[in-house]
Amino acid sequence: MDENTIICRCSDITLKEVRDLISEGYVTYDEIKRITRIGMGPCQGKTCGQLVMREIASATGQNIKDVKFMTNRPPVVGVKLGLIAEEGKKDEK
Amino acid sequence: MKNSAEIVIIGGGISGCSIAYNLAKKGVKNIVVIEKNYICSGSTGRCGAGVRMQWGTEMNCKIAKKSIEFFENANEILEYKRDVEFKQSGYLLVADTDKEVEQFKKNIEVQHACGIPSRMLTLQEAKEIVPYLNTDILKGAAFCEKDGFLNPFKTTDAFYQAAKRLGVEFYTFTEVTDIKVDHGKVIGVETNKGNISTNIVVNATNGWSKQLCEMVGVDVPVYSERHQIMVTEPVEPLQGPMVMSFGLNFYIQQSLDGSFIGGRGDANEPRDLRMTSSWHFLEEMAKTIDLVLPTISKLRVIRQWAGLYNMTPDKQPIYDKADNVEGYYIAIGYSGHGFMFGPITGVVMSEMILGEEPTIDVSMLNLNRFKTGKLLLEPSVV
Repeated sequence: MDENTIICRCSDITLKEVRDLISEGYVTYDEIKRITRIGMGPCQGKTCGQLVMREIASATGQNIKDVKFMTNRPPVVGVKLGLIAEEGKKDEK
Repeated sequence: MKNSAEIVIIGGGISGCSIAYNLAKKGVKNIVVIEKNYICSGSTGRCGAGVRMQWGTEMNCKIAKKSIEFFENANEILEYKRDVEFKQSGYLLVADTDKEVEQFKKNIEVQHACGIPSRMLTLQEAKEIVPYLNTDILKGAAFCEKDGFLNPFKTTDAFYQAAKRLGVEFYTFTEVTDIKVDHGKVIGVETNKGNISTNIVVNATNGWSKQLCEMVGVDVPVYSERHQIMVTEPVEPLQGPMVMSFGLNFYIQQSLDGSFIGGRGDANEPRDLRMTSSWHFLEEMAKTIDLVLPTISKLRVIRQWAGLYNMTPDKQPIYDKADNVEGYYIAIGYSGHGFMFGPITGVVMSEMILGEEPTIDVSMLNLNRFKTGKLLLEPSVV
């Protein structure tokens, strides 16, 4: 895997970008997320999450189980707004 | 951790970072910023990212205008190696009642007196800017093309990096547990990682500001209120400006990556510090979008989150020093617009602390105004 490998497919973030940020001192998932948008796309970190956490773990000498992932936020999968509105209106009746 | 500092700023959001940067730029040495989580983890990083000049009070208009002038050159001024992603694609305010249309007209008079290029639009003109806007339910609109949005994380990062280069020290993941006062003077700050002696403390914690004021016995009439935001999957560019309505209670813009970011307030929110997500918000937001901007309701929402507005009775911030505690400064109570005022917060607070002539006279945003009861209420907040 070379450094131009894309590790966030939603936002086109490369391994190099993640490694550069870690070396600048952004050593938590949340900080890297806020600079790069990693984990903010449609996959919500399901694809890139483990990869970024592994990079943080190896750079900081932590065990990956001790690296904190971002806050999981609803919804679990994308839902069309129109569907939510439709269901919401049914409750009003 | 250092054991003494000239100035300790509490809060690592846009306000704290901007105050630190401005003080350091003026030559103050030995400044410390304490942040209980990471930089931009609080209200700034949770905000809706919009910046506008279309306000209803002269003070809010003036601060917003100066801030937007700063954002236009933020990358250069702060020598930022990334990009704060400032885009001026306007704010389209829409009204569904004649009363709100009248309010827009009054606001525009105030805005014009401050040199803000806003104007009333016919519904036809509004529809030309946002073609899928459901004007059937609307009565009028106002527009300012110089309003826009920028990336709160990177903007705060730009201030943070610039302050660090000027020698400011940041202690992240460090929580202030107490502020020590002796004979009416600030003498130090205690944290979970050690103590720092100092004679000047700046409370820039916004959502948590009341708790930090209680530590020194300063009474502030603010409360925090949860506001929620949702974001959709990214799509091709569809919408230029932020669309916002105070009466219909929502705002929504399409960010540079293509996703739509929208939020609303809820007057029934409990007044505590919760930042969890609620299904109720998503349902109400979806219904509003479906009604006003039906095209967007075809998109999938992929995430929702929440942050805190720190509300004051007149919905304008408090920039002041405490009467009863020497060396205790407050820059709080932004009522939902702390991010967009960030650049000027740093300027006016650094001038106040150093006793300099103010760039903008913000003396009417003092703490005592709430005691006199002579308040100029900001009418335009979602």
